[in-house]
Amino acid sequence: MKITNKEVEYVARLARLELTDEEKEKYTGQLEHILGYIGQLNQLDTAQVPPTSHVLPLANVWREDVARPLSPEDVERLLANAPDRDDNFFRVKKVIE
Amino acid sequence: MADNNTHLTAAQLTKKIAARDISSTEVVSACLERIRSVDGRLKAFVTVTEAGALAQAKSVDEKIARGEMVGALAGIPVAIKDNLMIRGVRTTCSSKILENYVAPYDATVIEKLAAAGAVFLGKTNLDEFAMGSSTENSALQTTRNPWNTDHIPGGSSGGSAAAVAARMAPLALGSDTGGSIRQPAACCGVVGFKPTYGRVSRYGLVAFASSLDQIGPFARTVEDCALLLKVIAGHDRRDSTSADVPVPDYPARLAESIKGLKVGLPKEYFIEGLDKNVAAAVAAAVTKLEGLGADVREISLPHTGSAVAVYYIIAPSEASSNLARYDGVKYGFRAASGNLLEEYEKTRGQGFGPEVKRRIMLGTYALSAGYYDAYYGKAQKVRTLIRRDFEKAFETVDIIVTPTAPTPAFRLGEKVSDPLQMYLSDIFTISCNLAGLPGVSLPCGFSPGGLPIGMQILGRPFDEETVLRAAHQYEQSTEWHARYPNV
Repeated sequence: MKITNKEVEYVARLARLELTDEEKEKYTGQLEHILGYIGQLNQLDTAQVPPTSHVLPLANVWREDVARPLSPEDVERLLANAPDRDDNFFRVKKVIE
Repeated sequence: MADNNTHLTAAQLTKKIAARDISSTEVVSACLERIRSVDGRLKAFVTVTEAGALAQAKSVDEKIARGEMVGALAGIPVAIKDNLMIRGVRTTCSSKILENYVAPYDATVIEKLAAAGAVFLGKTNLDEFAMGSSTENSALQTTRNPWNTDHIPGGSSGGSAAAVAARMAPLALGSDTGGSIRQPAACCGVVGFKPTYGRVSRYGLVAFASSLDQIGPFARTVEDCALLLKVIAGHDRRDSTSADVPVPDYPARLAESIKGLKVGLPKEYFIEGLDKNVAAAVAAAVTKLEGLGADVREISLPHTGSAVAVYYIIAPSEASSNLARYDGVKYGFRAASGNLLEEYEKTRGQGFGPEVKRRIMLGTYALSAGYYDAYYGKAQKVRTLIRRDFEKAFETVDIIVTPTAPTPAFRLGEKVSDPLQMYLSDIFTISCNLAGLPGVSLPCGFSPGGLPIGMQILGRPFDEETVLRAAHQYEQSTEWHARYPNV
């Protein structure tokens, strides 16, 4: 499995990760090495095997959609972690021109 | 006197505290003193919550003095891995991106521990976001093995394992996604238990790989693990993957004999590359189990060799999705930049460390258009084959015994430059997570260099009791748990 520098740049963009040139080169080699190892799975015939996404026999777990009021202290605890805030709002860059 | 208390188990301490032989304040103070004297070298804790711990201890002591009912762990200090939320306490995941994050709520396990009267000593170091096998991926500090400080404590719950081994805490919590409780327990010579997937609520555990993550106890004895597990186990409506299965009284049946218990040794785990001291220690432990009346036989888990490959698709894929939430908007580090896209990319590029970025890249690649079926889909199918191996094995045996890790704790720095070699150190622990089974690691010997060796016992889903009983019976027939590192 050959991984190119271009593919690493493409995947980094999908993952919203800024990588340095040094990181790009390092990850190109390492991803190729790791994916090469993972390629061993292709030796197994899984045509008739169902996938496992989860080990428990759980389907949808429902609950009532009820809004629970937060105390002002809880609101403050949540907002206190914000990198930037304005009153009770998170401040972000303008997304619509 | 104060220092001697740090040798006692939680089971011994609860009796002494309830009888008012010693106070929780004395016990907690002894642990804090121990942290002050040894943690400068070991670096197991990233945060010590001294004031909160002393206040909790005082409150328990007052309740006992008034003759009030107290919980199963009243006054007992516990160290908490720093990917579990304690309200008002910094929760870093040993990552720069959460370095200043203060948890706004308690994890379910924290609520349950508090209700049982446990005292929180502080938060322990881990590989960043629990991704690693040596705790060297922490962005905050490097934890050292109490038995030999040139060696790793294992990972990712290396801080919790080192804290219990070095008697800074009698109990600790960790999380295990591919061996992150059992492998550091083996490296540090303590007992580490990963419950069945779904047994313990993950609410308030920072997510790494949600179909594999499970919270579990560390202690110096199996009995203490059983005590702690009993407190944290059970269904929780806030975790939709927690199982609504009754929780047995785990400590109650530890003393029962294991005569006639059917023990399987999977031939695929006793392979070339297994350290000869590890092989010899596990073989001696198996002989011991036979001496206790166990019926030992060889079994086969044919897809064992595929487990690491399956795991390194599934875990990074789930991680790449879970870690998308770190965007610098609502919490965590933000690298201010020109436009929103650049801000996301810089925030994540600067906030995450090398291993986390590697796994996000691997997971994003495996899930990306054109590769999904070849990687993620294939890995999910082979995961089914691995589960079926265990289902078949458990038709004929009650537990499975293996080494926990292929070698004793390796040296700091030995594997940092080769990710694949690091991944392969989890070769014996990963299958248990893929199949969702309960598993324990407990000490079964030492290398000639004085490093602990761990034995792993795996059981049927939700049959923690049999695993604990076999582990307890073995432990009580040996003296490994009575040895302490000289730190």
